[in-house]
Amino acid sequence: MTISPEKIIQFSPLHRLQWEEAQQKDVILYPEGMVELNQSSAEILKMCDGTRALDAIVTDLEEKFNTTGLKNDITDFLEVALKNGWIKQD
Amino acid sequence: MAGSNKIKITPPRWLLAELTYKCPLQCPYCSNPLDYAKHNEEISTDDWKRVLSEARKMGAVQLGFSGGEPLTRQDLPELVKHARELGYYSNLITSGYGLTEEKILQLKEAGLDHIQVSIQASSQDLNDHIAGTESFQSKQEVARLVKKHGYPMVLCVVIHRENIHQMSDILAMAEELGADYLELANTQYYGWAHANRDLLMPTQEQYQEAEAIAQAFKEKVAGKMKIYYVIPDFHESRPKACMNGWGTTFLTIAPDGLALPCHSARELPGLDCPNVNDQSIPEIWNESKAFNFFRGKEWMKEPCKSCDEQDKDFGGCRCQAYILTGDMNKTDPVCSKSPDNNIIKDAISSARKSALESDEKPLIFRNSKNSKSF
Repeated sequence: MTISPEKIIQFSPLHRLQWEEAQQKDVILYPEGMVELNQSSAEILKMCDGTRALDAIVTDLEEKFNTTGLKNDITDFLEVALKNGWIKQD
Repeated sequence: MAGSNKIKITPPRWLLAELTYKCPLQCPYCSNPLDYAKHNEEISTDDWKRVLSEARKMGAVQLGFSGGEPLTRQDLPELVKHARELGYYSNLITSGYGLTEEKILQLKEAGLDHIQVSIQASSQDLNDHIAGTESFQSKQEVARLVKKHGYPMVLCVVIHRENIHQMSDILAMAEELGADYLELANTQYYGWAHANRDLLMPTQEQYQEAEAIAQAFKEKVAGKMKIYYVIPDFHESRPKACMNGWGTTFLTIAPDGLALPCHSARELPGLDCPNVNDQSIPEIWNESKAFNFFRGKEWMKEPCKSCDEQDKDFGGCRCQAYILTGDMNKTDPVCSKSPDNNIIKDAISSARKSALESDEKPLIFRNSKNSKSF
């Protein structure tokens, strides 16, 4: 499964992304399961709000963290996320 | 007993709320205790709300509403709403029996995240026979409605000797109903399943054939449906890592408010399981005898004590050790290193013999009449 660069990316309506105070981290919740996220994964997923395609996510994150060259890492992670069903592209 | 100071206690992540032992179904592999009819008291709505709040504050995030049939509790929508406000991910684990579209919408509105529907077989006659209640049509309809209203839909089928030959049809049914997850739960032999083991346990050949079919299907539906395969531990050489380690992750509250480190732990002797009527959840989790009993590794006997896999399976299941050997401190007999492993081999051959005999004794169905006889 690969990310289509032109299509909008949306967080899966069958999962929930949530900050856990007790764990001090973001997690993905789904039927009888939970994935704990590191900070960069969580930041990427929060950008998948149904308004941005790949390039916009990269640009906005590079701007937010005042850096460049994130495209490959972001793409790699989004492909993992797509494979796991955490995000979708219609 | 392992309750020494050096063990770091992790907070609960999973809360299983067994709201009631009442159930319209009579499945002969039910994991509720055989004598459930004796424990017919149920804690109040306010008690449940307090339990949910206290466990959430400690870090519990996954919440299962289970039973019995949780839909028999009229306060379910109110509890779901409370859970959502606290930030739980709530799972309704139901037979689907009596679940109307109106109720599905009401629960969605209250903030329920997911509904798991159990189906007993892929054909009406076998489903209704195993469930002890005519329910196949309504379960199929409920599965469709769950999907229609945007819930992730988990179909759960408990696998045993009466339905294992239907594996291909069960998979096709799950696909046709649009399940997002399919739980193929090979029967675990506790409670009623233990009493019916000779009649429920498939043969090695049946398991192998069914698993091969499920495996091929898993590849076919990858990306569309996730399959959870609960392994038949009697046919494995190592035990399951029960409860992810005692008192590390899971907290079960039984209908009468008894707090259990695992849903079968009520039957273990001498644990003195605490009740939420008497103690707060932090006291129960951190300080009670029951929750500290098998924490860590101090309690282990040989062969676990010197085993290099003790951090992987924690010695296996305490309830299984107790049911099969009479000593809950022993290595789970499923382990091939256990001196009691012959008990497993005997159970497998006893079930095999029963399968080949024509004059099988009848299944003991899970109902109040039978429960009172235990």
